[in-house]
Amino acid sequence: MRRIVQHDRHRVVEAEWSESGASHESVAGDTHPSERNVVAVSLPIGQTVPDQLRLETDLTLDAELLHGMIVGMTVTFASPTDAKQRLARAGYLASDAVATTVFLAATLGKPLLVEGPAGVGKTALAQAVAEATRSDHEGAELIRLQCYEGVDEARALYEWNHAKQLLRITAGREESWDEARTDIFSEEFLLPRPLLQAIRRDDPTVLLIDEVDKADVEIEGLLLEVLGDFQVTVPELGTVTATQRPFVVLTSNATRELSEALRRRCLFLHVDFPDAELEADIVRLKVANLDKTLADSVVRVVNALRAMPLRKSPSVAETIDWARTLLALGADILDDDVVQETLGVILKHRDDVEKATAKLDLNTVLGGGSDDQASGA
Amino acid sequence: MTAAHEPDDEDLTARLVAFVGALRSKGIPAGTSETVDAAAVIDVLGLANRALLREGLAAALVRRGGQRDVFDMTFDLFFPAGVGISEAALAAGDLELDDLRDLLAMALADGDLRTLEQIAELAVDLLGEVGLPDTNTAGWSAYQTLERLRPQTLIAQILEQRGQGGSGGQGQNGLQGTSQFTDRLEREELRQAIERFRQMVQAEARRRTAEVRGREVVTRHAVRPGHDRIDFLSANRQQLEELRRTVQPLARRLATRLAARRRKNRRDRIDIRRTLRRSMGTGGVPIRPVYAKPNPARPELVLLCDVSGSVAGFSGFTMHLVQALSGQFSKVRVFAFVNAMDEVTDLVDLDETDLAGRIAREAHITKWHTSSDYGEAFADFAELFLDSVGPRTCVLILGDARNNNQDPNLGALHEIAQRSRRTFWLNPEHAMRWGLGDSVATEYAEVVQMHECCNVDQLTHFVSRLLPV
Repeated sequence: MRRIVQHDRHRVVEAEWSESGASHESVAGDTHPSERNVVAVSLPIGQTVPDQLRLETDLTLDAELLHGMIVGMTVTFASPTDAKQRLARAGYLASDAVATTVFLAATLGKPLLVEGPAGVGKTALAQAVAEATRSDHEGAELIRLQCYEGVDEARALYEWNHAKQLLRITAGREESWDEARTDIFSEEFLLPRPLLQAIRRDDPTVLLIDEVDKADVEIEGLLLEVLGDFQVTVPELGTVTATQRPFVVLTSNATRELSEALRRRCLFLHVDFPDAELEADIVRLKVANLDKTLADSVVRVVNALRAMPLRKSPSVAETIDWARTLLALGADILDDDVVQETLGVILKHRDDVEKATAKLDLNTVLGGGSDDQASGA
Repeated sequence: MTAAHEPDDEDLTARLVAFVGALRSKGIPAGTSETVDAAAVIDVLGLANRALLREGLAAALVRRGGQRDVFDMTFDLFFPAGVGISEAALAAGDLELDDLRDLLAMALADGDLRTLEQIAELAVDLLGEVGLPDTNTAGWSAYQTLERLRPQTLIAQILEQRGQGGSGGQGQNGLQGTSQFTDRLEREELRQAIERFRQMVQAEARRRTAEVRGREVVTRHAVRPGHDRIDFLSANRQQLEELRRTVQPLARRLATRLAARRRKNRRDRIDIRRTLRRSMGTGGVPIRPVYAKPNPARPELVLLCDVSGSVAGFSGFTMHLVQALSGQFSKVRVFAFVNAMDEVTDLVDLDETDLAGRIAREAHITKWHTSSDYGEAFADFAELFLDSVGPRTCVLILGDARNNNQDPNLGALHEIAQRSRRTFWLNPEHAMRWGLGDSVATEYAEVVQMHECCNVDQLTHFVSRLLPV
């Protein structure tokens, strides 16, 4: 079936369109890729097709025909407040900055680049977004690509199932090479990896690309194509284009400078340690039976530690761990003994522990405990 | 506080573009596509909620951590919460300095940020006015406000008040341990609250001044540049302290870069001499290239740092940075001098806040006078420590080459440079001032390669691109 799409600058694009083919595989036809995108690039991404582009009644310009360039975000929030509430329901207490940026990323259809120290909930944010959009849709699935040094296309994008292909060739001895070839490079033998999986899904999807800074520079080039156009080219199959735009979260610990090109395509969110009030709320949410006064003092001590020049400042994850520890120990209040014994939960270096002990006067107080009782009374 | 008028579209676009321009001038490289994103953000969020707008614009325009302070300061100038002084502050009527101090003490004790903001506004209005109205000296000074208000003197007073009235509240669970333990944090928390108040006053002074003097002028002079653009030579104590805190993450980033460069160096380098030699067999056509053998030895690093007053900040930062990067080199030795050279490798410790003071106390860096003399110091080094420099050593000399009209002793420097693998001179002065006054930078630059290194940005560039790995 042949459809003709006319662009407003009178350029005609032809596209071979097979009705029976799988919806997300639009095989590259005889037209040049740049031609094929002509209609799409003149439209703001994420919007529906305006009426003037619907030229003839029978030539419906559906999203698939446009290779999915015009796709809506399926993960949406009504307002920053809505985002905040739904994230909270998913167990993630977001600051205003986080809620606003998540809302914008969903509304503008841009990937979200989250940077910040380890343990402030960058990965948890992606999980919470998936969770938060679960209630009104079938369920947004979280697809995760964990980056590491040496992660490559085969791990990130797709891979051919060689073993199965060999098996297929040996099984069909009688057939000609042409038949075998078309068959072994088909859907059945493709092993989709996270990026391709996310792009092919029809349901709401949250794609988490974790610790991008750990990956090599080369993988960034790959991400540019995927995040810019939400399409992946498999030479044997054609270009696979997203039918819906996944909500993409990239996290980074800033061990390596990411390229400007990648930064430009994303909204940037720097997550820092939350303010004391929010952190106390987070601690009480995560550690259910914790006394409010104790939660407040825990957060105060952690904040004081963060003001010190430590090798690794305690982050939210450590605060929660500490609160759990205190609860498990049955400590109702923070006194010197308890703090001294459990400092190892929040500080992970020996010199940090020593420094904190000195600054918080733990030793002096422990040494002169009776004095202190006297002055307190 | 109400906005004077709702800006229409034209006005808003122009303001956004001016805002982005101001950000660029302060080192946030927001391009056109970022500006378009920002416009889309304004479109989506509307102008109703200023806090949300701030976060939204930051998401679109700021591209890395550490630029947020600059962004916030500029945002306050271009999208101020209001014009003039607010109704609430007017209603407060005529207050005296003492009343204001009492109010401030109360707000600090409660940790009430909203009240603090109002007090900052009032304080700037009452105490901060400088210059003659309607001239280009008019404005509001945060420095003057804080000098008169002296919030740091309130700490003792607040602690005392808490000690009397607050102990019941603190120790409400009846156990003294809690109140005692967290009490120890109070002084530090108050200090932080006062620091926040100080920033509020500064922001308020900038906002009021911008109304009289124009946003561009204030952005140019009053918005501090980001960490990586602070000038080493003009940085104050507080800024140097901030810089010291960025050493660790910076070193980690640089280490990855150096490691990547080393990996790249391992292969793909053609040994020209041996390739040509081998090409003799094929009639001079280099058919089979010979690759250079990887050189597994990491370079040694020797630092010669001028630690005299003018460049102490720069030297201190670089010493800390090199110390943090020491894993990347097989050996790091640090020497300091003013006019005598002494080894200080063991004194450089990242936790040391007063490095220059410690070096001055514990190392022999001056002779009979206390002004810097490069020629004398190099002669010292050539005499005492020359064996620390070998063919694998990269020598870095840090200093402004201001020799106080002494003999530059180019010979000694030449000798050091000859023995080393590479010698670089990092000069924290702007290149256009080299050779002026008592600077002998141009003469030294003929002997060794000299690089301008005014801020962290340039230093980072040098370490990641030029330093041999």
